[in-house]
Amino acid sequence: MTYIAKPKFAHPSLQPNAVGYTRRDYEGRVSTLCAGCGHDSISAAIVQACFELDLEPHRLAKLSGIGCSSKTPDYFLGASHGFNTVHGRMPSVLTGANLANRSLVYLGVSGDGDSASIGLGQFAHSIRRGVNMTYIVENNGVYGLTKGQFSATSDKGSKSKKGVVNHDSAIDMVSLALQLGATFVARSFSGDKAQLVPLIKAALRHKGAAFIDTISPCIAFNNHAGSTKSFDWVREHNEAVNRLDVMIGRSPITADYSEGSTVQVEQHDGTVLTLRKLAADYDPTDRIRAMGFLQERAAAGEVVTGLLYVDPEAEDLHDALGTTRTPLNELNTADLTPGSAALSDINASLR
Amino acid sequence: MPITAVNDFVVKFANVNGSGSASANGLFVKSILRSGVPVAARNIFPSNIQGLPTWYEVRVSGEGWMGRRGGVDLMVAMNPQTWDKDVAEIEPGGYLFYDSTRPMPADKFRSDITVIGAPLQRICNTAYSDPRQRQLFKNIIYIGVLAYLLGIENTVIETLLAEQFATKPKLIPANIEAFHMGVTYARENLKPLGLQVKTADAVGDRIFIEGNDAAGLGAVYGGATVCAWYPITPSTSLAESFTNWCQKLRVDKETGESKFAIVQAEDEIASIGMVVGAGWNGARAFTCTSGPGISLMQEFIGLSYFAEIPAVIFDVQRGGPSTGMPTRTQQSDILSAAYASHGDTKHVLLLPRDPGECFEFGAMAFDLADRLQTTIFVMLDLDMGMNEWLTEPFKWDDAKQLDRGKIMTAEMLDAGRDFGRYLDVDGDGVPFRTYPGTHPSKGAYFTRGTSRDRYARYSEEGAVYVDNMERLLRKFETAKSLVPQPIEAKAGKPTRFGVIHYGSTGPAMDEAMAALEAQGLYVDALRIRAFPFPGEVFDFIERHDLVFVIEQNRDAQLRTLLMAEGGVDPARLVKILHYEGAPITARFITKEITALMGAPVQSEMAK
Ligand SMILES: Cc1ncc(C[n+]2csc(CCOP(=O)(O)OP(=O)(O)O)c2C)c(N)n1
Ligand code: SF4
Repeated sequence: MTYIAKPKFAHPSLQPNAVGYTRRDYEGRVSTLCAGCGHDSISAAIVQACFELDLEPHRLAKLSGIGCSSKTPDYFLGASHGFNTVHGRMPSVLTGANLANRSLVYLGVSGDGDSASIGLGQFAHSIRRGVNMTYIVENNGVYGLTKGQFSATSDKGSKSKKGVVNHDSAIDMVSLALQLGATFVARSFSGDKAQLVPLIKAALRHKGAAFIDTISPCIAFNNHAGSTKSFDWVREHNEAVNRLDVMIGRSPITADYSEGSTVQVEQHDGTVLTLRKLAADYDPTDRIRAMGFLQERAAAGEVVTGLLYVDPEAEDLHDALGTTRTPLNELNTADLTPGSAALSDINASLR
Repeated sequence: MPITAVNDFVVKFANVNGSGSASANGLFVKSILRSGVPVAARNIFPSNIQGLPTWYEVRVSGEGWMGRRGGVDLMVAMNPQTWDKDVAEIEPGGYLFYDSTRPMPADKFRSDITVIGAPLQRICNTAYSDPRQRQLFKNIIYIGVLAYLLGIENTVIETLLAEQFATKPKLIPANIEAFHMGVTYARENLKPLGLQVKTADAVGDRIFIEGNDAAGLGAVYGGATVCAWYPITPSTSLAESFTNWCQKLRVDKETGESKFAIVQAEDEIASIGMVVGAGWNGARAFTCTSGPGISLMQEFIGLSYFAEIPAVIFDVQRGGPSTGMPTRTQQSDILSAAYASHGDTKHVLLLPRDPGECFEFGAMAFDLADRLQTTIFVMLDLDMGMNEWLTEPFKWDDAKQLDRGKIMTAEMLDAGRDFGRYLDVDGDGVPFRTYPGTHPSKGAYFTRGTSRDRYARYSEEGAVYVDNMERLLRKFETAKSLVPQPIEAKAGKPTRFGVIHYGSTGPAMDEAMAALEAQGLYVDALRIRAFPFPGEVFDFIERHDLVFVIEQNRDAQLRTLLMAEGGVDPARLVKILHYEGAPITARFITKEITALMGAPVQSEMAK
C-alpha cells in the first residue's frame, strides 16, 4: 500500500493569517450575480480586507437591504451571521444590532436604490448618529434587481440602456455623508482593488460611522455609452486624491513611500493610515475643504476617489449614550431586574 | 331634591388646556385616596397644547367601582367656552360650582341643580399681582373651596402639598396659604354639599399609576435593554417612563454606565427596524407607538414574523382611522395588529386590563418574544395608558429568571447538536437560534425575509415554503398555552348568557354586571387577556347560547377575530360597541345589555 501525502498548497493566499484563517475562510457561497458585475469585485475586496486585517469571521455581522448589491453578503464571510433585511432599512437594523452587542464588527452593504432612494432617511440618520459600522454603497446608478430603472444617484443627463435620458439631479452620497457628520468618508471604484481594499480595511478599523461609496458598474443595465457609471467612463474620469496603506500596530510597515508626499493619520485604536498624496495639498482631516473640493471636481466632470475625510478621534453612538462596556445582550437577570425590594419602594411611592 | 351621597359620586372639572389645572386636579384626587376612598380619574383632553377645553372626570366610589359611571353630580365649571354643555351634563339634583367673580345671566343656570359660586378671580386679584400666580393659585383656591364643601380634611391636602413641593420647599407655604384662602372663603360663605367624602379604609395597599408608566416599569423588569421609539400620543409617556425608570434603576452607581440604550428614532419604521436588529442580536428590545405607527411598521412586523426575530411593540391605541382622534381612546387596532403585514401572518397580542397588568404583561412580553421568537404586541389604550388608575401593587418573584428561549450556545454546538435555524426539534414549532458571534466555525446562518429551508438556505421550493408556514402555525398554537389565560366571572345564578370583553373595558364591565344582577339579569363574563385565544374562550362561547362582545371600536374587531379563528357562528356573538372616544361607562353597558336581554330574553330565561 502506497501512502501519498496530501500536496501542500503553495498558493500564498492560502497561508493562514495571524488568527489562523486562510483567505478561503472569508469566502461565502458562489455568487448568483451576473458574471462581471462590479458587486462581485467588491465582495472579493471585502474578503481580502478581512483576511488581511486578521478579523475572526464570526466576530463580524454583515447586514444589507434588498437589491443585487444587498444579496452579496451571502457571497463573502460564510462563517459570519448575515441579515438581508427589507428594502432601504438596513441602517436601522444595523443600529439596533450594534446597540445589542457593541463588541462585534458591523458591515452594512447596500445599493444606491436601497440607500439613496427608499432608504435615504435611514442612511442619513445612521450616519448622523455615529453608529460604529462600515457602510458600503455599491453604487451602479441603476436599480439592478428590478431591471434597470434610474436610481437617485444616476447623473442628470446620463442615459439608460434603452436610451432614456435622466432629467433629475443626482444625489452625491459622499457629499451627503460629509454633511451629515460621517467620521470616515471615502469613494472608490469596484475596478480598483488596490485602492478599495485598504479603504475597506481602514473603514473596518475606524470607530464611528465609516462610509464608502463604491462605483460598481451594472454590466446588465448600466455599462453602455452614455452611462456615467460604466467601467470605461469611471476609468476615464477618475481622479484619486490619495492612495492608502493601513498599518496595524504589530505588522511591519511595508508601505512604499517613494511616490509623492505622504501623510500619516493615527486612529484611536492605534491603526496608522498612511496616505500617499496624488492631489496636491489634499487634507483628508478637513471636512469643509473636502466638501468644496468634491464640488469643484464634480463640476469639472471628475469622480474623486480615495479617502476624502477622516476624523481619527471619532466617538460612536455608544459613547453618546454612555452604554455599559458589557454588550447589552450579555446582561443577565441580576443585571437587569431590580428585584422585589426595589419594587416595594416603588409601590410605596405610588400611594 | 339635591343629591346626597357619601363616598359615591362623580365630579367633573371643566378647564382650559394649559391653565395649570392638571396638578390641582391631581391634588384633589389624591386627597380623596389619602382619605381611604377609591377614586378613578380620567383626563379628557384635546389634541392641542393650549387654549382648548379639557376635562377631568373623577369617580369617587367607596364600593371600589373603577370604570366610568356616566353622568356628573358636581360640575366644577371653570371654562366659559363649554359652559352650556357642562351645565347640561349635570344629573338632576346635582351641583354646579363656578367662579362668581363675573355675574352670569339667570338663563345660564338650571332650576333642578344647586349652584355654588365663589369669586375665585376676585380673591386672586386681591391676593396676587403677578398674572401667572393669579392663574396657578386660582386652581389651588378652588381645591380649598371644594375640600370644605365635600368635607375633605385640611391636613390631608397640606401633607400632599408638602410632598408635591418636597424638592422646591420654598413653594410649600405659598400653596398652603392659597389652599386656606379657599377653605376660609367657603367656611364663611357656603354650606357643605350633599356629596361628602368620609374617611374610610377601602383603598388598602393599592397604588395609583398610569398604564404607560406601569408598562415602562414592566419593560425594565422584563429585562428590556433597547428602546427605539418615535413620539406619538398616547404612547410617548411610555418611552419617557422607561427612560426615567432606567435612569433610576439601571445606571451603574460606580461607573455611571447605562445598562440600556434608548434611541429616539427618525420615524416608526426606523424604530421597529432597530428593535428587530437588536432582537436578532440577542438583546431585549421594544418600541411603543399608536395606530399610525403600527401602519408604518407593517413591513418589519412581517419580517419579524417570518424571519422569527423577537420584538415587543406596546400599542397604546387611540381613536382611528388615520389621524383620527389623537387624544381620545379606542380599542381599534386589534385587527391591524393581529394580522399586521402582507402575506399570511398572525401575531400574539396581550390585552392588559389595568396598570397592574400593564406591568405584568409588559415584563412577560419579553419572555414571550424570546420564547416564541416573534413580535409580541401589548395592547394598551389611551384610557389606561394616560390616566392614573388605582391598581393592585406590583409584584415580582425574585426567583424568576429571564427566559431567553431556545438559544444554541457555543458549548451546545461543540457538543455536536445539529443546528438548523428553522428545524422544529421539539415539535412545538419553535426552532433554536444562535446569536451572531457565537462560534468560530459553527452555527452562523443567514437571516432573510425570503423563503428558506430548515437550514436557512434560500429556497422557493413549494414544499419547503409550506413546511415553514405550517411550522409557524404550530408555533402560534404553542403560544396559546404560554399567553395569559382568560378569566371568567360567573353570574350569581346559572345563565345561558355570556359577555366577552377585554382591556380597559374591564372596570366598567364589573360594575355593569352587578347592576344587571340587581335587575335580575344574569350574565357570565369572560375577560380575554390574549390572542391567540386559548381553548377556554371557545368553551365559554359553546356553553352560552348568546354572547355579548363588548368593544370600544366601530367594527367589532375582537368579534371578527373570534369568528375568524374559532369558526364561531356570528349569530351567537352580539356586538355591543362604544367608540365615541371617551372611555366606556358602566351605564352604557348596563343599558345595552338590558335592552338586548329585555322582556323576550327574560321570558326565554324563565323557560
Ligand atoms: C418595499 C419594497 N419596494 C420595492 C422593492 C423592489 N426592489 C427590490 S431591489 C430594488 C432596487 C435595488 O436597487 P439597488 O439598491 O440600487 O441595488 P442593485 O440591484 O442595483 O444592486 C427594488 C426597487 C422591494 N423589495 N421592497
Ligand atoms: S443586474 Fe446589474 S447589478 Fe444586478 S447582478 Fe447583474 S450586473 Fe450586477
